[in-house]
Amino acid sequence: MEVQQFHYDNKIVKNFIYATMLWGVVGMTVGLLLAFLFLFPNLTDGISWLSFGRLRPLHTNAVIFAFVGNAIFAGVYYSSQRLLKARMFSDVLSKINFWGWQLIIVGAALTLPFGFTTSKEYAELEWPFDIAIAVIWVVFGWNLIGTILKRRQRHLYVAIWFYIATFVTVAVLHIFNSLELPVSALKSYSVYAGVQDALVQWWYGHNAVAFFLTTPFLGLMYYFVPKASNRPIYSYRLSIVHFWSLIFIYIWAGPHHLLYTALPEWAQNLGVTFSIMLLMPSWGGMINGLLTLRGAWDKVRVDPVLKFLVVAVTGYGMATFEGPTLSLKNVNAIAHFTDWIIAHVHVGALAWNGFLTFGMIYWLVPRLFKTKLFSTGLANLHFWIGTLGIVMYALPMYVAGFTQASMWKQFNPDGTLVYGNFLETVSEIIPMYWMRAIGGTLYITGMLILVYNIIATIKSGSTVTDELAEAPALERVSKHRLAGEGWHSWLERKPVKLTIFATIAILIGGMVQIIPTILVKSNIPTIASVKPYTPLELEGRDLYIREGCVGCHSQMIRPFRSEVERYGEYSKAGEYVYDHPFLWGSKRTGPDLHRVGGKYSDNWHLNHMYDPRSTSSGSIMPNYKWLVKNELDKSQTEAKMKVMVTLGVPYTDEEIANAQQLMLEQGTQIEQNLYSDPDFVASYEADKNNAAESGTLFIEMKNREIVAIIAYLQRLGTDIKVKDSQE
Amino acid sequence: MLKFVKNYMETISGVEIYPIISLLIFFTFFVILFWWVFTAKKEYINQVSNIPLENNNNQNDILL
Repeated sequence: MEVQQFHYDNKIVKNFIYATMLWGVVGMTVGLLLAFLFLFPNLTDGISWLSFGRLRPLHTNAVIFAFVGNAIFAGVYYSSQRLLKARMFSDVLSKINFWGWQLIIVGAALTLPFGFTTSKEYAELEWPFDIAIAVIWVVFGWNLIGTILKRRQRHLYVAIWFYIATFVTVAVLHIFNSLELPVSALKSYSVYAGVQDALVQWWYGHNAVAFFLTTPFLGLMYYFVPKASNRPIYSYRLSIVHFWSLIFIYIWAGPHHLLYTALPEWAQNLGVTFSIMLLMPSWGGMINGLLTLRGAWDKVRVDPVLKFLVVAVTGYGMATFEGPTLSLKNVNAIAHFTDWIIAHVHVGALAWNGFLTFGMIYWLVPRLFKTKLFSTGLANLHFWIGTLGIVMYALPMYVAGFTQASMWKQFNPDGTLVYGNFLETVSEIIPMYWMRAIGGTLYITGMLILVYNIIATIKSGSTVTDELAEAPALERVSKHRLAGEGWHSWLERKPVKLTIFATIAILIGGMVQIIPTILVKSNIPTIASVKPYTPLELEGRDLYIREGCVGCHSQMIRPFRSEVERYGEYSKAGEYVYDHPFLWGSKRTGPDLHRVGGKYSDNWHLNHMYDPRSTSSGSIMPNYKWLVKNELDKSQTEAKMKVMVTLGVPYTDEEIANAQQLMLEQGTQIEQNLYSDPDFVASYEADKNNAAESGTLFIEMKNREIVAIIAYLQRLGTDIKVKDSQE
Repeated sequence: MLKFVKNYMETISGVEIYPIISLLIFFTFFVILFWWVFTAKKEYINQVSNIPLENNNNQNDILL
């Protein structure tokens, strides 16, 4: 048979590894800054683009899509070529994939800190980037499937299936969750509202974890663990069961992020059931990975690569045991909105994704550069300092989570809350935040050690070239099953059919959950007294989105005695029908805000925004001085309202035509309310006089951003007070 | 759990059949999957699981 010669493209792998290291350092540094903002809330005082709410999405996006994303591409581009015995389908597509992805990341870094965000978690990027991501993702899939079609290896190894499922599912999730109507170049509204938006978002959010942070990494595990230990996977049969059951079940589990919320109960229960089932394939995969090392544990003692891989797979096992546990409603009632969730995601991110990436880099770079690792000692140091970092990060966050939950729910014998002031529950866990910051520092130190070690390794090696390989061309085989050929063996040599079946598997779950919620009206009982936001409140809501308030404040009061006592009447699905996008949040670093309307005076809000510690001693909220000073941009209001009308919000033509007038009236009213505080009058009048004397432009209070955010906050949750729900 | 599903979806005509169909799809799928997995030939499994360990040159067994 003719043996063909070809070259593996190592350069593209090298580029993705460099990008992984660069964005890893950036993403983790931003994370560390955020950890210190819990301790020193004024650390970046007055710099709006370095405030907590704006940086949090930058951290999550940088770590997920830049650090882990580039690691996925590096691993997929390396292993696919070898598993398929073919160079990537097209060098041009590879380059577009690489540079396009980096451009999107740079775009994210240039927009998120400036408040351009959709506010939907892990999908914060605005619509032009959503389109760009879809295009680059299709380029990646095209390149991958093209390579599969011209392969010289008849059968597709299980890692390749995980890559295919990753490509297909992320494409579906990304497109459906990002459906939004643009207002301007960098502003859009989600087409879904309230409960539906929440369901679609967490269907996406959960499966971004599943199909971006898990399935591609499982593919990498199935390639790199056998490679590094030089023995085949423990059970190939188990890997087949693992693959199909994982993708079949994962897609259903999303609603476990919305337990006890206003989501219809059948959807919640469906999510819980599938989350429990998910334990089996997850642990099947973990066991398969760990048992691959049977008889090779002596190697783990000396090889840092294997050490990283073992901790990574163990971290996967821990996180996937914890996931189903957290999705039990009684556990979720404790854990949700607390730092327990932060611990959970960081076990996944730091151990599973981080350590698998590190193991992969330590294994790949010496091979790509035809040299030895510069220092095994430093790699071991990285391993230990990183492991210690994970423990130091996760443990305090578990303690913090339990402390929060216990304090939030603690009652006096007379039926009042023991810790009625939310701040008591914050002050209590500051020592935990300190330990977390130290753990994070250790972890990032390990990352820097890796960067140094890898740079030194590369310097000692030879330049990356295309690697020569040879393999016989594939003979054409009948399209049909051959005599004695099993059904799955046949499927494995039919990549297109495999892709289609995988797509069907993931679509069934998505459709069963999403379609009824969107189609069936009775899912969201309407409440007659719920009205659309006024133009000024709408602008205020957009400021709330811009500043990332949702990162620390929920707008979802669960039907628990402790929450109703603390915040007020529990939240109803019908209250959110005009919320494009929903702003339920997923974490309570600060208190819930759904019923904050009317709770405090306008002056309180102004003072609180200017300096939170002036009204709430010990608060760790950043100052929002720029909101108090900046002029509100009212140029887009009419356009925003028109988009809302298209989405089904019943603004009348008259309201839209009078938007400027309506905003001015409401702003003037709030300005008058503010005049009730003599301190405000004194400082405001002094500012006005100073401006008049120096001849600088003075922005009246009624036209400032603070007025819009006060209008929005004072409106929150008040509709239902007018009249009780029809439910 | 069926009662929750039915409660909210009874506006769709013929909805009662949906859960049964879903269950059947799942059940059949996993039965076939396990049937295949348990009956797969040992040589085949060994060959495929060794794909990552093959070096680049000339070790490409033609698998059918």
